[in-house]
Amino acid sequence: MSGRSFAQKVLSRASGCDAAVGDTVVAKVDLAMSHENAALVSSKFREMGAERIWDPSRVVLVFDHRMPANTVSAAEGHRRVRLFAEEMGVESFYQHGEGICHQVLPEMGHVRSGDLIVGSDSHTTTYGAFGAFATGIGATEMAAVWATGELWFRVPETLRIQIDGGMPSGCMSKDVVLKAIGELGADGADYCCVEYTGGTVDDMSVSSRMVLCNMAIEMGAKAGVCFPDEKTRQYLEERGSGGDELFSDEGSAQRRHPMDVSNLVPQVAAPHSVDNVLPADELRDVAVDQAVLGSCTNGRLEDLQAAAALLKGRKVSASTRLIVVPASRETALQAMEDGTMQALMEAGAIVTNPGCGPCLGAHQGLLAAGETAIASTNRNFRGRMGSPDAEVYLASPLTVAASALTGRITDPREVMR
Amino acid sequence: MNTDLIIPGRYLDNYDIASLAKHAMEDIDPGFASKVAEGDVIVAGRNFGCGSSREQAPLVLKELGVGAVVAESFARIFYRNAINVGLPVVACADASLIEDGDTVEIDLAAGTLSSSSGLESGFPPLPPKLLEILEKGGLVSALKERFRPCRPGTGR
Ligand code: SF4
Repeated sequence: MSGRSFAQKVLSRASGCDAAVGDTVVAKVDLAMSHENAALVSSKFREMGAERIWDPSRVVLVFDHRMPANTVSAAEGHRRVRLFAEEMGVESFYQHGEGICHQVLPEMGHVRSGDLIVGSDSHTTTYGAFGAFATGIGATEMAAVWATGELWFRVPETLRIQIDGGMPSGCMSKDVVLKAIGELGADGADYCCVEYTGGTVDDMSVSSRMVLCNMAIEMGAKAGVCFPDEKTRQYLEERGSGGDELFSDEGSAQRRHPMDVSNLVPQVAAPHSVDNVLPADELRDVAVDQAVLGSCTNGRLEDLQAAAALLKGRKVSASTRLIVVPASRETALQAMEDGTMQALMEAGAIVTNPGCGPCLGAHQGLLAAGETAIASTNRNFRGRMGSPDAEVYLASPLTVAASALTGRITDPREVMR
Repeated sequence: MNTDLIIPGRYLDNYDIASLAKHAMEDIDPGFASKVAEGDVIVAGRNFGCGSSREQAPLVLKELGVGAVVAESFARIFYRNAINVGLPVVACADASLIEDGDTVEIDLAAGTLSSSSGLESGFPPLPPKLLEILEKGGLVSALKERFRPCRPGTGR
């Protein structure tokens, strides 16, 4: 083992120390994101006796979990955050349904390669797709970040998932990451920085890479990263962003997990844990009451387009409701412009406003006891999408669309044209 | 044991921890909240607290009086959150040898754990910085000192 890992390089830069694996360093944070839980963060911030946010230009707030408010207490939470943001002079506040935080931040140019980003949300790992070191923290820690701009970090070990092979028809990056989680387990990457490398990743779009980094938390990772290339640069440039590209030195990973996806088939995570992964084909007898296409994992344009290509000119099964939640306003507008939305709605989809939607069982699209859903989201924990007596299966947008079409969990290759 | 089971997302628009805590664990153990007594220790297996970053998970356990969580391993964010809200967390490989109803004694600084059914075990103690946060009752109390206004004449 030799050289320094990506995680070490970012944390060394941000802490001003030579960060060795296992060290605890205090690092300066480049960007701090919170959603509705900013209400809890702000009350911790007050309790601490802090008066000003250390740098209001580095704090980004997004309302996405309960937007527009579905209960009076959610509305009151929103209001508290608005007043707080105004008082503190927070410059970037997306409060009118712009979309899911993890989509809005890169879209609006807040994410930069090489940055140290924290978010009071576990899927903050998503920003690793742009070569940032991004990790989820709790509300009290976020209050400390708002107050001081700093936080302690244990310098993580690195797990390199090297993915090679051409992506088979019917498969998407979601299938790759579900397969990896199934192999490694829900704690298989605990505390690690997961690096996704290899030809398959190089061939992926930035959106597909976001899926990999988003789901890194579902194997316990502290962060996930795809190293920047021309596609990353182009995306960031278009958004007026950029950053310092940092790469791991050869041989710096403590663990390796090679994967060859050439023979991959569509994968599904069965209830009630994300590592309970099976080929979609083995679950063909499972009837679905609800199919959800959306979330910070798979609610982007390419996801909606994949589903629309499969559903165009067809009708969703009479026994299934298909709920489509675009990841952002920009996604929704693009999907309207290119006919994607038209195809989905003509097929019978319910389209909601951009945001988290049914993903966390707090807003729209909840499940009744005894119901079953297939979703392109990221967690199938008991009670996650409504009743604790409902079941949630996780899959790619293609598998979700195929299952909506037939009313049963369906390998998309069976119905693709 | 994931965070959605500890406290389901559907209740998170409630920012009053005392009333939120009534829903702790209800999806797998209805009545949990009324069964827990002050100082009770939760004993668990691997990856306790995986999932969401919701700090309400350790907060509701602390609110109900849970004295500590002893697990074979913890998910990273839950572990940090627990320390930051002042809920002792002990990652002990022998957690499964503790029996239901045992009385356990834990020395966080020394990293030792013993149970009334005879288990004598150890665990890597927390780094001093984190132990200090825990001892002060969490990060809020720890940082309060930092932001305490300077009092004239005391040199602070
Ligand atoms: S879409 Fe789901 S996982 Fe993503 S931020 Fe929203 S609630 Fe969390």
